[in-house]
Amino acid sequence: MAGVFRRPVLLIGLVVSLTLIAVALLSLVWTPSLPSKMNIVQRLKPPLGPGGLFGTDQFGRDVASMLMVGAWNSLSTSFLAVAIGASLGSAVGVIVAMRRGWLELIVMRGCDIIFAVPPILSAMMLGAFIGSGRFTAIIAIAVFMVPVFARLTLAAARQIWARDYVTAAIGIGRSKTTITLVHILPNISNQIIVQVTIQLGLAILTEAGLSFLGLGMPPPNPTWGRMLADSQTFFAQAPWLAIMPGLAIALAVLGLNMLGDGLRDLLDPKMKSG
Amino acid sequence: MISIFIRRIVSLFVTLLVVSLLIFTVMNLLPGDPAAIMLGTSATPETLAALRAQLGLDEPLAVRYLAWLAGLVQGDLGQSYTYGVPVAGLIAERLVVTLPLALMAVVMSVAIAVPLGVAAARRQNSLFDHVAGAFSYVSIAVPAFWVGLLLVIAFSTKLGWMPAGGFPGWDAGLWAGLTALLMPAIALALPQAGVLTRVARTSVLEVMNEDFVRTARAKGLSDSAAVWRHALPNALIPVVTMLGMQFTFLIAGAVLVENVFNLPGLGRLAYQALAQRDIIVMQDVVLFFSALVIVMNFLVDLAYVFIDPRLRVTA
Repeated sequence: MAGVFRRPVLLIGLVVSLTLIAVALLSLVWTPSLPSKMNIVQRLKPPLGPGGLFGTDQFGRDVASMLMVGAWNSLSTSFLAVAIGASLGSAVGVIVAMRRGWLELIVMRGCDIIFAVPPILSAMMLGAFIGSGRFTAIIAIAVFMVPVFARLTLAAARQIWARDYVTAAIGIGRSKTTITLVHILPNISNQIIVQVTIQLGLAILTEAGLSFLGLGMPPPNPTWGRMLADSQTFFAQAPWLAIMPGLAIALAVLGLNMLGDGLRDLLDPKMKSG
Repeated sequence: MISIFIRRIVSLFVTLLVVSLLIFTVMNLLPGDPAAIMLGTSATPETLAALRAQLGLDEPLAVRYLAWLAGLVQGDLGQSYTYGVPVAGLIAERLVVTLPLALMAVVMSVAIAVPLGVAAARRQNSLFDHVAGAFSYVSIAVPAFWVGLLLVIAFSTKLGWMPAGGFPGWDAGLWAGLTALLMPAIALALPQAGVLTRVARTSVLEVMNEDFVRTARAKGLSDSAAVWRHALPNALIPVVTMLGMQFTFLIAGAVLVENVFNLPGLGRLAYQALAQRDIIVMQDVVLFFSALVIVMNFLVDLAYVFIDPRLRVTA
């Protein structure tokens, strides 16, 4: 625990990320006002005035409340997508590390191929058929995450398979599955945790992009990306509508990236954060 | 050298083939009838049947895939349903916006990142190094499309210096075209610059401790000559690798930034095709973007050989 306080990057990342999660969770039980409540009389009021902390939008809705609910929508979508991508990808990675041979070749080529289709485009393809929405966003982001984690766990697991204690475990007749569960997974879990944190930032950016294009959660659910898209009509009268959601996205991604870098330094001193 | 080249070319084509199969499968095996999706709910059974026949949807899947592939090879990407023109022409028309935009963004990001990364590495742990570090942290975290929005607010809405969006076309002159692409390119370049600065700094730091840099200094070269002539060329490989890896994100960013600035590029074409349910255009544009990423990575692979002569023998 003392290590956390000696690492400013980790500390800042931790504080920002935890605050964000707290705000997202708080929005489930309390927001300053109902984020969908319209009040045309109070429309386009600037921040820190009668319009509330962050002002109001074109329908007089409270921006602070919308940002809070947006935090929940953005975080929950990203968490789910990364959880799916990380579980599937890591499973593929350790299985391939266990079997090797032609399976490795096929899976690695497959990763290259999935990697070649940007998640925004796969969300568009999926959106054309199954309609856009949270489900489409989650699937598109998760699919892109699978090769990221498959590559990482394969590389990490291969190193562990070459260790003496694994050779010893093979020597005394342990099965490959047992070795994977007892020796490989615990030894690569730190790297997976670090990568999950970093990919969460990327998932938030992608989710915001998808929502910006109207491929995320449908209205009236507020999302940071759609708030930005809606702000475009009111640049001259209400620039804060374009500034606040963007700041929220940047802060969230910054916090998660710093947390990831800090965790990497803490958990795996051999790897440099660059 | 030639055998490496041939092997990579073969691998390139196999990858492209599999990607085309993947995209075709996704677009054709997902639930939903493309003809019904294109025409919407109000279509009569007769129009539906006519469109199905026109699109060749009555044929077996394998036949349709091969026909699409055969068309691709001959440069015939099919006919856009909404525009009523060949998709190849549409893509070519839009490419003259997206390609210069992406190129400008790459040039800008390298022009910011390499000097900044090198300077930060040379003054490791100084205030400058920390400021450069903060710059890359922040620029990686900000979405490119948001940077675009902020630029429009500042330089178009408030100051009125730059056009808020749109593209006059290259016929309006090189200067007008470049001016229209300037803010979108900055928005696109900033996040890339953040990533590249980090990579450049780390790899210069690593190379500066190598013997050959020490030798270069020992033989009397100035500090900056040792860095620029000896350390940097060796530190460039990770930067070029990262540039290739980031290409996917550059394209994703371009789709968004083109929509912010109303640029008639490929990203906007894909977006419009989605809104209009123009499945054929979607399929072709997604394939085109993916092929671009794959070819880019292939070129990065080749670039190694030019940057690092050692790879010509060992690779």
